[in-house]
Amino acid sequence: MLPEYAPLAVLLAVAILFPAGGIATSWLLGRLRLRPDHPNPVKNDTYECGVETIGSAWIQFNVRYYYFALLFVIFDIEALFLLPWAVYFRQLQLFGLIEMAIFILILMVGYVYAWKKRALEWT
Amino acid sequence: MVNQWVATLLAGRVPDWFVALITSTLGAVGILGFVLASNVLGVWMERKVLGRFQIRYGPNRVGPVGLLQTLADAIKVLGKEAITPFGVDRWVYWLAPGVAFLPALLTFAVVPFAPGAALADLDIGLLFVSAVGALGVVPIFMAGWSSNNKYSLIGAMRSIAQTVSYEIPLVLSLVGLVLLGGSLRLSALVEYQLQHGWFLLTQPLAFLIFFIAGSAELNRTPTDIMEGESELVAGYHTEYSGFKFSLFYVAEYTHLFAAAAIITVLFLGGWGTGPVLNLAPAVVWFVAKVYLVVFVFMWVRSTLPRLRIDQLMGFCWKFLIPLALLNIFFTALWVYAALSGPVIAVLNLLLAVALVVLWTQLLAGEEAGSPVPYVARPGG
Repeated sequence: MLPEYAPLAVLLAVAILFPAGGIATSWLLGRLRLRPDHPNPVKNDTYECGVETIGSAWIQFNVRYYYFALLFVIFDIEALFLLPWAVYFRQLQLFGLIEMAIFILILMVGYVYAWKKRALEWT
Repeated sequence: MVNQWVATLLAGRVPDWFVALITSTLGAVGILGFVLASNVLGVWMERKVLGRFQIRYGPNRVGPVGLLQTLADAIKVLGKEAITPFGVDRWVYWLAPGVAFLPALLTFAVVPFAPGAALADLDIGLLFVSAVGALGVVPIFMAGWSSNNKYSLIGAMRSIAQTVSYEIPLVLSLVGLVLLGGSLRLSALVEYQLQHGWFLLTQPLAFLIFFIAGSAELNRTPTDIMEGESELVAGYHTEYSGFKFSLFYVAEYTHLFAAAAIITVLFLGGWGTGPVLNLAPAVVWFVAKVYLVVFVFMWVRSTLPRLRIDQLMGFCWKFLIPLALLNIFFTALWVYAALSGPVIAVLNLLLAVALVVLWTQLLAGEEAGSPVPYVARPGG
């Protein structure tokens, strides 16, 4: 692999070890009876301290969330195209400016359409 | 720094890959140390600052001025019973708190603390930051969905809608910086700022957008609808207790410090100090700026009330995104015209004020003519 990215792997390992170590310590303390561990059916109920829940939480969910997910995909890809363009803008000069203006304009058509269709409203 | 000293000490005596392994381990452990120390200090600082803003003392019993309060809390939380409710998706439920910490810590990998003192100064540093930062939404959804609790699920769904939306202005606001700086490498961007002026001055609108969007990505109070205590109990971590619960807190504060470090690097000139105040070493200046940004985040938190979800989404899609795109367009124009730093700063400041005022007027007009008032509905 590229040597530049090797330190990232080490940091990733550290980032995995820290929470794993913490959870293991907590578990070990439970085993050594240094922290309480007395599960019972009432305590382990979903939302134990409040009203009894009815049914599972894994249900169909409001569709509005998916509109925004779809719009996000479009705009995020656009942002990805903008980054390399920005890096090389000084070489591209006028060509780059016009090219990106056209690209954004096409995107804006869809954006205005979504706005007019009230897809950006949360109602 | 320490790493280079170790590297020169070991060079020639052991194979190269071993030197690389040692230095990167040292760097990674150093970052973890910085993050954990910042967590302890940050939680204390947040409680103290909030206390002061609300005209009370905040923690002042454990240790001098309450400094050891966080450590006491950490020990307490380790001694708490770890409850796993019935009906949770066990694998995901146990993984989520661990995963929450990963993206927050990984952001620090590319942050240059001082000249040449980044763990991995990638040439795609900025892209890495936004990619890893966006991963923060995954553990929140894992936690909310696996808990099998409706409050958690609503919190998680809101979190996705919000984080995903604010990701766009966040990335778009950075394009202006890249246009000026001509690189995605974070250290190169800092060097550019030291020569041509901080991006805070040359890109004020981008700073505003990045700060607001960053605050939304962090789930902090003006925008913390995914855990709004007054509606959702505790949002996505309602069903968590003991150490797993505290890991979410650690992740949140690590994210906060990561965002502050990124803002420092991108807008406040990183380790740079300006011409006069070159008294302390670069890394001290860097850390001081990070804590200053963290303080501003706390200030915002104690000042502004929580937004409703329709306000939050509308603000992102109708205000921040078009403004970010216009900012890119005008910055490209200035770069094409080869204007100098101070001229760009003045032009962009005027532009920022004009755009914010004009766009507010535009949206106010639309709001007045809107036929459908906001109605709260279940699942919202």
